[in-house]
Amino acid sequence: MVNKEANWEPRIVAFLCHWCSYAGADLAGISRFQYPPNVRVIRVPCSGSINPIFILKALQRGADGVLVSGCHPGDCHYLAGNLLARRRFLLLKNLLEYMGIEPGRVQFSWVSAAEGQKFAQVIKEVTETVKELGPSVKLVKGGTARGRA
Amino acid sequence: MAADRKNKVGAALVVGGGIAGMQASLDLAESGFYVYLVEKSPSIGGTMARLDKTFPTNDCAMCILSPKLVECGRHLNIESLTNAEVLDIEGTEGQFKVKIRQNPRYIDLSKCTGCGDCEKACPVRVKNQYEYGLGERKAVFRPFPQAYPNAFSIEKKDRALCTVSCPAGVHAQGYVALIRDGKFKEAVRLVKRNNPLPAICGRVCHHPCEASCKRGLIDDPIAICHLKRFIADYEYERGVCVDPEPKPSRGVKVAVVGSGPAGLTCAYDLALEGFDVTVFEALPVAGGMLTVGIPPYRLPKDVIRAEIGAIERLGVEIRCNTALGRDVSLSDLKAQGYRAVFIAVGAHREQRLGIEGEDAAGVLSGVDFLREMNLQKPVKVGESVLVIGGGNVAIDAARSALRLGAKKVTILYRRSRAEMPANEHEVEEAQREGIEIQFLTAPHRVIAENGVARGLECVRMRLGKPDASGRRRPEPIPGSLFTVAGDTIISAIGQVPDLSFADEAPEITDRGRWLKADPDTLETSVPGVFAGGDAVTGPATVVEAVAAGKRAAESILRYLEGRDLREDRVFDKPHMVVGDVPKERAREARKKWPTLPLSERLSGFAEVELPYTAEQAVAEASRCLDCGVCSECLECEAACRANAVMHDDEPVIREIEVGAVVLCPGFEAFDPSPLTQYGYGKYKNVVTSLEFERILSASGPYEGHVVRPSDHRTPKRIAFVQCIGSRDVKEAESYCSSVCCMYAIKEAVIAKEHVSGDLDITIFFMDMRAYGKDFEKYYNRAREEHGVRFVRAKVYGVEEDRSNQNLRVRFTHEDGHMDTEEFDMVVLSVGMRPKADTVELAKRVGLHLDEHNYVLSSGVAAVATSTPGIFVSGAFAGPKDIPETVMEASAAAAAVGSVLAPERFTRVSAKQYPKERDVRNKRPRIGVFVCHCGINIGGVVRVPEIVEYARTLPYVVYAEENLYTCSQDTQDKIKALIEEHDLNRIVVASCSPRTHEPLFQQTIREAGLNPYLFEMANIRDQCSWVHMHEPAAATRKAKDLVAMAVAKAARLEPLKRHKVPVIQKAMVIGGGPAGMTAALGFADQGYPVYLVEREDSLGGNLKKLAKSLEGTDYKKLLSELVDRVSNNELVTVYTGAEIEAIDGFVGNFKTTLSVRGEKVSFEHGAVVVATGGKEYEPTEYLYGTDDRVMTQTQLEQRLAKGALPGRRVVMIQCVGSREPERPYCSRVCCGQAVKNALDILAADPSAEVTVLYRDMRTYGLKEDYYRAAREAGVTFIRYDDQAKPVVQALDGRLTVRVHDAVSGCDAEMDADCVVLGAAIVPHDDSKAVAQLLKVPVNDDRFFLEAHVKLRPVDFATDGVFVAGLAHAPKTVSESISQAMAAVGRAVTVISKESIEAGGIVASVIENRCTGCGACEQLCVFSAIRVNPDKKVAEVESAVCKGCGSCAANCRCGAIVLRGFTEEQILAEVAALPW
Repeated sequence: MVNKEANWEPRIVAFLCHWCSYAGADLAGISRFQYPPNVRVIRVPCSGSINPIFILKALQRGADGVLVSGCHPGDCHYLAGNLLARRRFLLLKNLLEYMGIEPGRVQFSWVSAAEGQKFAQVIKEVTETVKELGPSVKLVKGGTARGRA
Repeated sequence: MAADRKNKVGAALVVGGGIAGMQASLDLAESGFYVYLVEKSPSIGGTMARLDKTFPTNDCAMCILSPKLVECGRHLNIESLTNAEVLDIEGTEGQFKVKIRQNPRYIDLSKCTGCGDCEKACPVRVKNQYEYGLGERKAVFRPFPQAYPNAFSIEKKDRALCTVSCPAGVHAQGYVALIRDGKFKEAVRLVKRNNPLPAICGRVCHHPCEASCKRGLIDDPIAICHLKRFIADYEYERGVCVDPEPKPSRGVKVAVVGSGPAGLTCAYDLALEGFDVTVFEALPVAGGMLTVGIPPYRLPKDVIRAEIGAIERLGVEIRCNTALGRDVSLSDLKAQGYRAVFIAVGAHREQRLGIEGEDAAGVLSGVDFLREMNLQKPVKVGESVLVIGGGNVAIDAARSALRLGAKKVTILYRRSRAEMPANEHEVEEAQREGIEIQFLTAPHRVIAENGVARGLECVRMRLGKPDASGRRRPEPIPGSLFTVAGDTIISAIGQVPDLSFADEAPEITDRGRWLKADPDTLETSVPGVFAGGDAVTGPATVVEAVAAGKRAAESILRYLEGRDLREDRVFDKPHMVVGDVPKERAREARKKWPTLPLSERLSGFAEVELPYTAEQAVAEASRCLDCGVCSECLECEAACRANAVMHDDEPVIREIEVGAVVLCPGFEAFDPSPLTQYGYGKYKNVVTSLEFERILSASGPYEGHVVRPSDHRTPKRIAFVQCIGSRDVKEAESYCSSVCCMYAIKEAVIAKEHVSGDLDITIFFMDMRAYGKDFEKYYNRAREEHGVRFVRAKVYGVEEDRSNQNLRVRFTHEDGHMDTEEFDMVVLSVGMRPKADTVELAKRVGLHLDEHNYVLSSGVAAVATSTPGIFVSGAFAGPKDIPETVMEASAAAAAVGSVLAPERFTRVSAKQYPKERDVRNKRPRIGVFVCHCGINIGGVVRVPEIVEYARTLPYVVYAEENLYTCSQDTQDKIKALIEEHDLNRIVVASCSPRTHEPLFQQTIREAGLNPYLFEMANIRDQCSWVHMHEPAAATRKAKDLVAMAVAKAARLEPLKRHKVPVIQKAMVIGGGPAGMTAALGFADQGYPVYLVEREDSLGGNLKKLAKSLEGTDYKKLLSELVDRVSNNELVTVYTGAEIEAIDGFVGNFKTTLSVRGEKVSFEHGAVVVATGGKEYEPTEYLYGTDDRVMTQTQLEQRLAKGALPGRRVVMIQCVGSREPERPYCSRVCCGQAVKNALDILAADPSAEVTVLYRDMRTYGLKEDYYRAAREAGVTFIRYDDQAKPVVQALDGRLTVRVHDAVSGCDAEMDADCVVLGAAIVPHDDSKAVAQLLKVPVNDDRFFLEAHVKLRPVDFATDGVFVAGLAHAPKTVSESISQAMAAVGRAVTVISKESIEAGGIVASVIENRCTGCGACEQLCVFSAIRVNPDKKVAEVESAVCKGCGSCAANCRCGAIVLRGFTEEQILAEVAALPW
């Protein structure tokens, strides 16, 4: 089932909260920490504002993986939005697993504004995990039939 | 009064840009005062910016700090003056004059974009102070990535001595630094800025730079000269050195007479300036003495030709065989259109010996001999050559003679070796080659036969008194004549110029002997004619000639431009400030360069000195000490595309006027190096707690890996040693530094988290002072959950095991037995001290300081100083943690507000914007601006391709690329383009919206666009910088990010921020000291306030207390407060009042009271909760059953009445505190016990007072009282919470039994009274008030602030603030400070007539809402509620923070978060070309 072509590169969407993880991504940039170029970042005010539909749509539009990253527990600029996100995310994960989406495709992490290195590491790991899983076909219309060049 | 008003200034000075300074500035600016924030370092942020996590919540310090940095930095009414110091403050409250020195940053803040290109180019690495010296940084640096201003700065200690001592001003440290970095081409280019002859000078310069090099104080000076020769050769050989670009021709002719180093340099400089320069040379070849004076074994001809060739390539014409006076005259030159002349004819005529026989054949002049030889004319020498003289000409002649076939060469010099003017190295080489030097020998007569020289008759000399040159004058020894045989005699005793040309203008000579010119400007008495070099000064060195050429060029430039020849020109060397030689540098001798073997030398004129290899050169350059820090290599200038580097920046003194001053300079950490027993500075693995903080930090030197500095190995055992520099009367400070216990626990816990499981941590301590809110729980968790080991012991020594760099910690347990344990690392928990420079400032200003140099408070609150109008906050008023510091900052802002209230809004400005254009229902017209960011983006991402791509995206009508989109000129351009192309959405693809979105939003607002019609694509931080080696992938990703931004932009809508009026009144709940202080605080600032008290009288706990530990009379304080509150017409007091309801939101509250059965309601804009707390009523220790058992407060009341409870007093601490049902420390009881004990002993010195305690928590300056109590004879016995004391009353005898945890013995004592240090508990109704206000309380029912660290008096609900015991146990003084802080914060709300609401907030689509209320439960800010009538949710936009949790959670999709709507985000997803 898994189509592992040598040149295939996974496509990943990352939803990052403005205050911590997006700042962590900035710090990775300033510090020139290199990581794979597979991730497209969407900035949101708080991980708590991420609607499960965003993640589903991303998968449906052809993302092979989705990363959601927010502040560490206790760091949330909006007090507890990250915890809400976490709770909601776990529910969504159950649903996704039920639908047959591999657990590694959609990941959650905490990255603070001081963790540039960690951000790069998270992106590396997510990219590797998703690469390992191969192209996502589940949610794409006619997905199983669709080949990837 | 009116006069007063007029004179006050509605601005404040805040000194210190740490967290206190930032908070004070923000509170003041938000309350209507203009703020000057003066910070000494290049960035605001202070110590907090260097912390990893903060206790007790383990928040990331930078995460919570950096939004404040941006807010403070960008505030319209806060002027941040970084790199600045306050020199003096004069005047009185309301009107101070402040003198500020703005130190040079060397970077233009208005131009620096913070891109970091300069940092990359900089070759100088120094210890990184931000990392406490653990890592390195460049000389051009930004302290930390989130710094504000987001700009670089250069650290410069004047100039290095090598640079200063170079006559030509060559940046010696600069090229050495560049060589170290392997940047050889850049190094030559740098030398050539000041000296066009690097290869020549690299061989023959007398290098004063090396004589002054500070490395010489350690071992040998850097081989600066030879390094220069290396780079010049290296580059010439490879032909890669690019000639500098001359300015366009001015069509102005200048003549230079003489093509020696002076003439060539002058020609070079003037050619670069665009002049047409002709050099006239009398000899058939160019180069002057370089060519005809110096033999080729020292300076090969091709080297000279190469450097002259480079000058000719600039357009300089050299006419040989054209002598001034012979072939051309000064008047000819004028007639030929030369507008200025520089005469540098040198000194080519040998002085005569003035002895008998000197005209004999075989007697040669040194310069003539060398010239003939160098011009390759046939020169013959005899077998035995005598050379007279001790200068370089003599040595050159002697060594040349040897190479021309002489068998024996002897130099005769009349003084000794020490006085010899020739280069020492040359003398040594001459001797190695077999030349004999006879010192103290002078020629007396040439012995000639038939007119042919056969030898010299010489006389022996001795040295007499020093002459005018400072050298001892040689005197002949009578009767010492002797003869030396020789068939060739070369005289080289000095040269004079040939001035025969000057017959037409004798006035330019000094009696026909030398040319005469102004020593500074080199002008002669003939206008337009300048002179310099050997012809003026007498024979000198090459580099001095180069210097003269430069000086002449500058004068000629000024002369021809009609400018003053002297203005702004420095002729004397600048003053030097260079620090000591670093002790830690290991000795390392200079690298030897190769020389030609002796056997190969004398057969010809092959060059003797050979260059370094590249490796040798880099190694030699690496020995440089970087004395000046910045080396002025000017690479940053070349790298900066924004032209922001200004190496000639100067300090500026500025005077400002302010009405009040807040000092918050922070502290300096105790330096443990003098306490040698701990091995700090000696053992690498002994670090301070602040260094360890950086080791823990993810952005620190080890990227958050806990490793030890010696070998970067992960430690297995770490010891923390507490109280380093604190509680140490003998060697450091006597007081407790308040914060070390907690930060040590925090660092221990975080370290264990980082190393996960395999790390043992031991904290050696005396008392664990976890006295703050929720600190005790943190301590318990560290012990019980994280397994941190706490050992009560005094550490007295740390020693290193040299074999593995482990550390043996020797310590004494509590009971006195000694012990040793081994650790991998030791962390010293260092204390706080006031900063030396601010202490000086405080003294200068006349503030009263205590014996530790902390500012003495003049009032109950800590913020008032002895000088009215000057306030203090933070660690300069005593050691304290971040929340208290922040609290005091807001309190200081309130204090300033009281002083300057009438001047509110007089100095501040509000930005005015044009009317917004209506874009509704208009098709999006998007403009896309793609930034190169110098080369930061453009160097990786193919920017033009992005622009082309952007043009193909839907709705994009305009796209362009910019060098820097954020530069001021691009901002103007964007505004013009919005107009020109009718753009209604703007996308910038550059860097981070976190730093730059506000700037661009402001720009488009200035062009009439709603600021929310803006979107950014971060193609730098997310593309070019993180995919540097994958340009194709980075470009592809950048395209995607731009497509996403454009897709979102097309769906952006203008967001309105509307004004909500504010009721400029406040309510304070609680009439204790905090409540009364708060009420007065509002009234003092001119705002009406309602003070609500449930009891029938004001005063709260203050009624029960007599005085503070420090001696403040609480009775007096109470009556003063009650009086002032009762008599202030702005304060409306309701006693006996119950609150029935509080409705509304920030700015618009409505409260209903029931006052003795009557209903009262009023409106207000802010609320301060000061409902207080009370003393716990003990059930332990016979309290309530035996009258002799009382609480500390009851004792205090008795003592105040003068009634001693007896002679034998036993105090038991921690009654009701630090217990499972109340797991917190009550903070005040230890101080109260010490206070009462001291009082008892003062009244009856024979009394016996015993204090049974668990930890004595006399934090901060209270420690001094604890010591006083011990010294006064109070007995302190520590008990363990597992073995509590037992109080018994038997037969009227009251006894206390205690197990002494220190000695392990049981003790029983009789007591006349037992005093219980009872806990502080919140008031019973705190929960009810919390529910009325919808604000939270913690597990202990104390009110829970919005953020423990940075918002200590705010609630998450805007407009509601907390102070006093309602928040947590604290002293009266701390309650009062906090009350002032609450006022300071609340005034930021009620000083405004209206507040802005809206923007990025949630909004409800009513017809989708079912009124389920899920959102209402979710919103921690209570911003959304279901309207019970309409059954739909409603958002109070003034309260909504825009987090979007409600929108994501709404099961009907009825809530949208403006600016981040589902449609917008899904459009971003859909824009991905997948």
